[in-house]
Amino acid sequence: MKNYIPTIGIECHVQLCTKTKLFSEVDNDARGKEPNSCLSPVDYALPGMLPRLNEEAVKLAVRAGLALNSEINLESRFDRKHYFYPDLPKGYQITQMFYPIIGAGYVELPDGTKVRIEHAHLEEDAGKLCHDNGYSLVDLNRAGTPLVEIVSMPDIHSAVHARDYAKELWRLMTHANVTYGDLYNGNMRFDVNISIAEEGSKELGTRAEVKNLNSFRSVERAVEYEIKRQAKLLEKGEQVVQETRGWNDATGETTAQRSKEAAADYRYMPEPDIPPLNLTAEFVEAERAKMSISVAVQRSWLNRMLPVSITEILLDYPKLTQKLTSVYKTLAQNGDSTVDIIVTASDEQFSKLGPQLKKIANWFSSVLLAEENTSLLNDELPSDKQLIDLVSMTDKNELSSTGAKEVFLKFFDPEMHYKDTLTIAKELGVVQENDLGALEAVVDVVLAKPETQKAQEDFKAGQEKVLGFLVGQVMKESKGKANPSSVQEILRAKLQQ
Amino acid sequence: MKTASKEISAVSLVEEALEKAHRYQKEYQPFTWINDHAIEQAREIDNRIAKGENVGRLAGVPYALKDNFLSSQGETTASAHILESFTSPVTATAVAKLESEGAIMIGRTNLDAFAHGSSTENSYYGPTKNSKDTECVAGGSSGGSAVAVALDIVEFATGTDTGGSIRQPASFNGVFGLKPTYGAISRYGVVAMASSTDCVGFFTKTAADLNLLMEVCSGQDAKDLTTLPDYYATSPVKSGSKKIGIIKDFDNDAIDSEIRTAMKTEIIALEKAGHEIVLLDMPALKYALAAYYIIVPAEVASNLSRHDGIRYGFRSNSSSSLGELYQNTRNEGFMPENKRRIMIGNFVLSSGFYDAYYLKAAKARTLIIEEYQKAFSMCDFILAPVSPNPAFKLGEKVNDPVSMYLEDVMSVPLNLAGLPGLAIPVGKNAQGLDLGLQLVGPRRSDRALIGFAEELETINQQEKA
Repeated sequence: MKNYIPTIGIECHVQLCTKTKLFSEVDNDARGKEPNSCLSPVDYALPGMLPRLNEEAVKLAVRAGLALNSEINLESRFDRKHYFYPDLPKGYQITQMFYPIIGAGYVELPDGTKVRIEHAHLEEDAGKLCHDNGYSLVDLNRAGTPLVEIVSMPDIHSAVHARDYAKELWRLMTHANVTYGDLYNGNMRFDVNISIAEEGSKELGTRAEVKNLNSFRSVERAVEYEIKRQAKLLEKGEQVVQETRGWNDATGETTAQRSKEAAADYRYMPEPDIPPLNLTAEFVEAERAKMSISVAVQRSWLNRMLPVSITEILLDYPKLTQKLTSVYKTLAQNGDSTVDIIVTASDEQFSKLGPQLKKIANWFSSVLLAEENTSLLNDELPSDKQLIDLVSMTDKNELSSTGAKEVFLKFFDPEMHYKDTLTIAKELGVVQENDLGALEAVVDVVLAKPETQKAQEDFKAGQEKVLGFLVGQVMKESKGKANPSSVQEILRAKLQQ
Repeated sequence: MKTASKEISAVSLVEEALEKAHRYQKEYQPFTWINDHAIEQAREIDNRIAKGENVGRLAGVPYALKDNFLSSQGETTASAHILESFTSPVTATAVAKLESEGAIMIGRTNLDAFAHGSSTENSYYGPTKNSKDTECVAGGSSGGSAVAVALDIVEFATGTDTGGSIRQPASFNGVFGLKPTYGAISRYGVVAMASSTDCVGFFTKTAADLNLLMEVCSGQDAKDLTTLPDYYATSPVKSGSKKIGIIKDFDNDAIDSEIRTAMKTEIIALEKAGHEIVLLDMPALKYALAAYYIIVPAEVASNLSRHDGIRYGFRSNSSSSLGELYQNTRNEGFMPENKRRIMIGNFVLSSGFYDAYYLKAAKARTLIIEEYQKAFSMCDFILAPVSPNPAFKLGEKVNDPVSMYLEDVMSVPLNLAGLPGLAIPVGKNAQGLDLGLQLVGPRRSDRALIGFAEELETINQQEKA
């Protein structure tokens, strides 16, 4: 088989997390609601209804654009894209065909590969159809949900990069707080265009478009499948047909849906009901100021303290990385902006603050993200002070690693949430006894017990390993609260007298 | 206009209007629905007046509503089969404003289905007859509203003007008809024809009444992004001598001789009254009709896409698939003229034709806008015929769409430019049919335009006497 180079471009639809729809004032969050309950006469396309533009959606689009390192077009316009289907009440979708709000930009993948963004635009989502035996039902709750459609250049050349790109987009959009990013509920959907060409060929092959992929894994698998399918065709001397294909997650295959010839003519025209959208530079800057630290900066910062694998896990949880930067800022205790603190942090600062942050990062990645605890992610995170105190208690050996883990989990208990770390640790009874005087008393009690006499003799005779037994006895006597290394120290001192 | 007061009851005004509405309905058919509940509303107004409450500037005034305005009163049909038995849960902004001032809707008026037409013959419910000659058309598309005012059934009626649909029927029936500046009055709740040219306006018996209605209805509306910031009440009205532009090309053999005579008479009267006449060369206007019949059908095709039989209105019940449901519903539900415009519109928007038609028409539109700007640097208002002919016979042009479209040649240019136009009655022809002319002003000059129409009203009355 010849060596084929795949060329891939991806269109991604991102549902924006606005309170209301793009062109009406009804609730945009239809999760768990009755079908057709989030609808206004505008979304329902009654005659005489006109779109109103949701300013919040424009703001989120600007932020999406900034996250994509894109130019924001201060003038953009809306257009109508026509087709008949019951999920589209007006018979057209309002989109931005000719003058999009977001211009050229790029996305940098974790390995440094850059994928250019052609443009991105604002548009409205369609409703949903439920097909049953012999009839179909229409749910228009989703109709009019604001979307940003991000169109990449064909800069991707492998299934893994296609997946990385999809995932990085998800990170960029969730870190910029423009979407809930709930893939299961279709908050981000990917259309992947794939063609292959013989290595060295100057022309691109004919592309197929696989539509409506809603997981990173399916993006990767669909690309893998298409590369193999198209290569097989070319090997047999056949042609790849330009067409839209669907993805079947169960079989892991793509299937033909409609060919280019059968494609709809969308009869685009300028939307006469919405005047051109004119933004000021101040409007854009105000949104820029609201952006949290970019994914790229977060990544390089975290990588200075954490293994790459942990960094990449944490980057999937904007809430956690934002917490880490916030804790860092509290620790650094100066008035500079968080970005400045992080970007300009010296090695000296890192060596001082890094280990503390690393502990917190480890609780996040190994305790909070452990499968049985992930539901806690929906709750409010511990305060900076709670976390910093927890670090300091472990540093001072006031908590064992098990005790610290218990306290950490208790932070999420609604009844404990507002208590300070020490109080929680005390209530849990996990504070280690470090008071040498008190410990000595306990040790004395243990050493006076008949059952420890033989061990004491043995130790004095040079048998080091019996010390473990004695420490165990002390721990038992202290009901686990003694700090084992302190106990060992005291025992040594007393027995070697 | 007559308003209700302690001396004249709203009930008496409404009773009289309803009596006339029922009396004339059979012969002229101005209405698609007569609101017999109006009496109850009138009683309520009278009660409020008796209590000394301020009822509003249109207290108890009976009016007629073109049947393409959404209102919870009666069905909104747009005279189209496909909207049959559609009851709106929403009320148009303009209607809400009128009614908050105490106006009482006594009926919905007939129109060409979806306002597509110049004669009201394209109504699913049959044509409205001309107020002076029942063998002639009422004009259109707002034929029912014009006739309801001309027959003195109501004090005023609402209309919509996309390419002359207020001014032409006004001139065919001898009443005043105002198409305001685009964006002066909210389109929210008005069944859309062509979004970029649709205007809400009025038919009245005097120019002064138009001023009152504009004060009530104009203004920015958050529900219509194309409305202009409030300007009407504060816009300037220049007094004294004015420059009146006359478009040279509009004086030609294609125009009815009596209309040309009426133009000449008016020009002489204006000069006598101390106004200056300026001749205008406006060559770009000859592209207006062609541009209009590309841009408007494109928007029409788009705006009518929502009528698919899925959610409201008429649905054909003889379909076995989704495709058939769409086809049958739209085939049975639309009138032939609706279908003609949908087909033209979809054709000009089709991939491969867009640049040649729609984009070119949009460029012509820009030229027309610029030409008007130039014209208004030389004059205050333009005086022109509304249409090439007075009211024509029913059925005369039904099978000749191009000749029907030519009716709009002098009315559509200002719709493309978004300018205000005001049709004024200027007498009758030899057969007793009404003749009208239109005044056109720059954008936002509505108030001055109405003021000048009042002046002309006086001049014309003096001429007659």
